[in-house]
Amino acid sequence: MFPYLRLGPFLLQTPGLALLAGFWLGSSLTEKESARIGLKIEQVNGMIFSSLLAGIVGARLGYALQYFSIYAANPSSLFAINTNTLNPIAGMFIAIVFGFVYARRKQLPLRPTLDALAPGLAVFMVAFGIAHILSGDAFGEPAKNLPWSIYLWNEYRHPSQVYETLAALIIFGLTQAFRWGQPGSGINFLTMIALSSFARIFLEAFRGESLIWSGGFRAEQVISLIILAIALWMIRYWSQTQSVSMPVESM
Amino acid sequence: MPISQKIRRQLITIAVLAFSIVWTLYSRVPEIGTQALQMQASPRAGFLAPEFSLGLLAGGDVTLSKLRGKPVVINVWASWCPPCRAEMPALEKAYRIYKEMGVVVIGVNTTYQDSKTDAAAFIQEFGLTFPIALDMDGTMSKNYLITGLPTTFFVDSRGVIRNVIVGGPMSEAVIQTNIEPLLKDTP
Repeated sequence: MFPYLRLGPFLLQTPGLALLAGFWLGSSLTEKESARIGLKIEQVNGMIFSSLLAGIVGARLGYALQYFSIYAANPSSLFAINTNTLNPIAGMFIAIVFGFVYARRKQLPLRPTLDALAPGLAVFMVAFGIAHILSGDAFGEPAKNLPWSIYLWNEYRHPSQVYETLAALIIFGLTQAFRWGQPGSGINFLTMIALSSFARIFLEAFRGESLIWSGGFRAEQVISLIILAIALWMIRYWSQTQSVSMPVESM
Repeated sequence: MPISQKIRRQLITIAVLAFSIVWTLYSRVPEIGTQALQMQASPRAGFLAPEFSLGLLAGGDVTLSKLRGKPVVINVWASWCPPCRAEMPALEKAYRIYKEMGVVVIGVNTTYQDSKTDAAAFIQEFGLTFPIALDMDGTMSKNYLITGLPTTFFVDSRGVIRNVIVGGPMSEAVIQTNIEPLLKDTP
């Protein structure tokens, strides 16, 4: 665990740096894939960066709405540089909606755009795992008798953050090596989503801080199960329909 | 697509979904599992706040476990720390707003790397009215894994840390939006 890096008077959060690096590397890979598929790089980049900005703004607004009276009394706090006052779910939702709207306005075709995003997202998941290693978040279930268990938070535990990072690396490698479906068919993206969901379902069982729903169900497993089922169904459906040519279909 | 390949794909899909459902059912957490986590002490969200007992600048002492039943905000600071200075007015304001509702604010001065005299001057300068504890030998800071100043722990009435904010300055909104959930869960 190495959550902070002191540089003189500055205390840098290393998980944040890992995510930034992941975003930078991911967007570079998306650029290359966009060129390979035949999409306009500047349009895809515009979609990514404007979605990111919309997501950050959405996350702050989402948080502020939860505590409306406090922010109404302190409106300048809306602009505070503090990552603790962001609602990640709201941010992700706004980013996805904004990205969809942006792509539609620029007439970016859906399936090729998703395939272009696939390697970038896959590498960002690797960075996410590394961020968890650095922060000590997403820690594992107690596991005293494992030769590879790690001592974290006063207990010997599964190195669930390492499992997560390794799984993300394997998925990234597979999607790059095989590139399922024809280029721009969207199948590679859906396969990446299906593999990531399957990995999440399996690995969540080894986490020690899962959000637990009624009946003892781990929330991320249930959500990932639904996403997996949808992704598998869509792979089957898109495999059967003509989807490769551009710009036959736009968002 | 040849029929055999189609059938093979369908079988793989069914197998993957079946395994996923079975694994999700198998890895459900027994009720005790969801409770056990919070019985361990560790300086991070979701865990019991590690116990400490410190002398107060104004005399007497404060023991964390004796505050069980009340939300507690623990702010670790030093007089020479600029973001600590910047956020103290907001922390004092929050204390004055929430103390009638039972919220306890404790400012822990890292006296092992500061001085009692400077801490006292700091309190006077900002007109702080909440209790100031002195970490004379750094034990509390070590147990709380303090890596940067200020660091603030928001502890609920059961003694569980709900959030940790490293660095600052915290705005009034940050402090209040972290105190509000503590109050909601206080019986």
